[in-house]
Amino acid sequence: MNRLIEKGFKPIDSLSDPDSGKMWSLMRKILLGLSPKEYFHEVLRNPFNWLLFFIFAVGLPVIVYRYIFGLGSVMHGSYDYPWGLFLGFGLFCMVPLSASGFLLGTAVELFGHEKYKPILNLALLNGLLGYLFAVVYLLVDLGCPWRLYYPMFVSWGTAAVLFLVGWHVATYLSVQVMEVSEAFFEWINWPTAKKFIHSGTIGLTVAGIILSTLHQGALGTLLCYAPGKVHPLWYSAEFMWIFYLCSSVFAGLCMVIAVSTIVKKTMAWRCGEDFLDNLDSITIGLAKGATMALLTYFIIKLVGVTHDNEWSYLATGWGSWFLLEIGAGVILPIILFSVAIRKNSVALVRFTAFLTIAGLLMNRLNTALITFNWNLYQEIPHPLETIISITIFALFVVVYRFILYRLPILYVWKAVPAEAVVTVTVPVPESVASPVSGQPEQQYAKVMSS
Amino acid sequence: MSGISRRKFLKTTVAGSSALALSTTKTAFGMKEFHGYPDSMGVLVDLTRCIGCRTCEAACNKEHGLPEPKLPFDDFSVFDQVFHDGKQKRRTSAEAYTVVNRYDQDQGAPVFRKINCNHCNEPACLTSCFVNAYTKTKEGAVIYNADVCVGCRMCMVACPFRIPAYSYDSALHPEVIKCNFCYDKRLKHGKPPACVEACPQEALTFGHRKTLVKVAHERIREQPDKYVDHVYGETEVGGTSWMFLSGVPFDKVGFDTTLQHHPILDNTKSFLSFVPMVLGIWPAMFLGFHLLAKGGKGEKKNKESKPIVEEHVE
Repeated sequence: MNRLIEKGFKPIDSLSDPDSGKMWSLMRKILLGLSPKEYFHEVLRNPFNWLLFFIFAVGLPVIVYRYIFGLGSVMHGSYDYPWGLFLGFGLFCMVPLSASGFLLGTAVELFGHEKYKPILNLALLNGLLGYLFAVVYLLVDLGCPWRLYYPMFVSWGTAAVLFLVGWHVATYLSVQVMEVSEAFFEWINWPTAKKFIHSGTIGLTVAGIILSTLHQGALGTLLCYAPGKVHPLWYSAEFMWIFYLCSSVFAGLCMVIAVSTIVKKTMAWRCGEDFLDNLDSITIGLAKGATMALLTYFIIKLVGVTHDNEWSYLATGWGSWFLLEIGAGVILPIILFSVAIRKNSVALVRFTAFLTIAGLLMNRLNTALITFNWNLYQEIPHPLETIISITIFALFVVVYRFILYRLPILYVWKAVPAEAVVTVTVPVPESVASPVSGQPEQQYAKVMSS
Repeated sequence: MSGISRRKFLKTTVAGSSALALSTTKTAFGMKEFHGYPDSMGVLVDLTRCIGCRTCEAACNKEHGLPEPKLPFDDFSVFDQVFHDGKQKRRTSAEAYTVVNRYDQDQGAPVFRKINCNHCNEPACLTSCFVNAYTKTKEGAVIYNADVCVGCRMCMVACPFRIPAYSYDSALHPEVIKCNFCYDKRLKHGKPPACVEACPQEALTFGHRKTLVKVAHERIREQPDKYVDHVYGETEVGGTSWMFLSGVPFDKVGFDTTLQHHPILDNTKSFLSFVPMVLGIWPAMFLGFHLLAKGGKGEKKNKESKPIVEEHVE
């Protein structure tokens, strides 16, 4: 893509062709303004795509195999480890990493921190896709995936924590679809729908906070059903939900930092000036938030160990594992973030964000899989289970990239023909760097959204 | 005036309250304690009487039409089977609702123990199931309905006794498989389950749970040297319909003696009671924050872009 940009190619970022003034067709929009041949050529040129092809070539048949021959064909079919990677990674890890949507939504829409506006759409999309793919993982893992809607419409197990998780993930998914649909409506040029959704922003954001508080916590509470199976250091009947909720805060923030880093490295051509110019300052800001959450998390983890008097476990092998998780995934990030913020080193912040995510993954996998049955036996996931998990994650990356390439997530959509753009000279804040365009209608809408 | 219009406020409030209406059902279960149905039946298993003949296993297999095992029921080499580097003995599976294991002791004869669903008073499988696939019947059985099961296997995670198995190999009709106390054919009609009827040693006693608790304590009182002074299942995880007497400490026969003595459900209650509070408080609280944050800036809103306080970090 960079090669084309150098040649003067400009990916579609407006309603109509700036040269002819003609509206772009949907097909042209999907192909980013390239001809099918050019587009296909671009796809083949990217070595990362070849890796994806390879993963799908291996993984998709395995998924088909799972549906024909049952779960037992791709999992160990263990009665002691009913949950494997699909839930341990797909649900327990994807959900906290997707907390970004509600966090940035709260910051921008509710508290009016306009500074984070350029990254808001990315955070919302990250949230939406994370949840969506958590559900995809579920569809592979459930024994009867075609009954996914049963807890909603057929049979209610109202006392179950999983009932709450199911309902909340479903409602929150719809909330996030609505939040992200604003960008979609802009892209397909349906201003009425966009305006309609926009009028409900505050309601959606508040709903997002409520649902997230509850289901992030509920995910942790799920393991309260298994006292004695989860190692005491990772288990806390009282605090499980607050551990999970608190860690989802830094996980979501670090995920935004990580994704924006990757985006900046690999698809700078798609990023608007607004995004690129402010990213460093935003990244530092997010790091500050993440540090606070990490500190809080560290304190409550300390309280957790003290409350249940689990100090003696720290001297065991499991204890060292626990200390490694806390040391590398919580304490080290706190130190590195502090240094980075002090020295204003964005690079260090970015590195630390990846480290924090690794720590979070470790924590979730530890509670749901690794320390589960700690006093029985340990199980290594089936190779095919691992392959499917990787395939679905690759699918996640593909869908993520597909949307980022097209919808105005990283850039600001120009709703009027480029020729007609009148650069407004009234003082425009830096964070809304791209020229605010003509027509009062659109301008109104844009200011509304800021 | 604040930056939020009346219309917007109402809209948000409606959204909030509908979310509330949607979710109140989740927490509608009673907070009081449940000690089991008054006429619940149960089985008292006396390990001191069990000789490991596996007749109960065979009877169960026949009663439920389960697949024939690889080794016949009179093959006692199964007692030597261990799995996962010797960390686990035989357990219930998709092919067996019940198994008997042998536990060699440091002193004296080995002890045999029958393993099957203990039919808890307040079962974790039931309370963790989000489609209500489980029922605790008034006769004491914990039965499962495959027709609504989604296959999340939460019940298997939740069961403190590691009983439920799952037919992983079925692509179209996978289901949880576990002992149902012979509910349909026997218990419902007041008859004892097949295993109890088959036991030649009277190691298994069928009766009202309340009576069995008394019988158990009576046996301990009469022969205090023979029994450990504990009825396993009387209070474990809130009490179970199947209870056990043993002549050796329970942890020497594979019982989990670290289990809590209140229902597993209790562990989630503090969180679940927090749910309606979040639903009730959060909307107003965060709207309030919103009004505070936007306060003062509201009047100029929508007409021109406002200067932004930018925290420039160079």
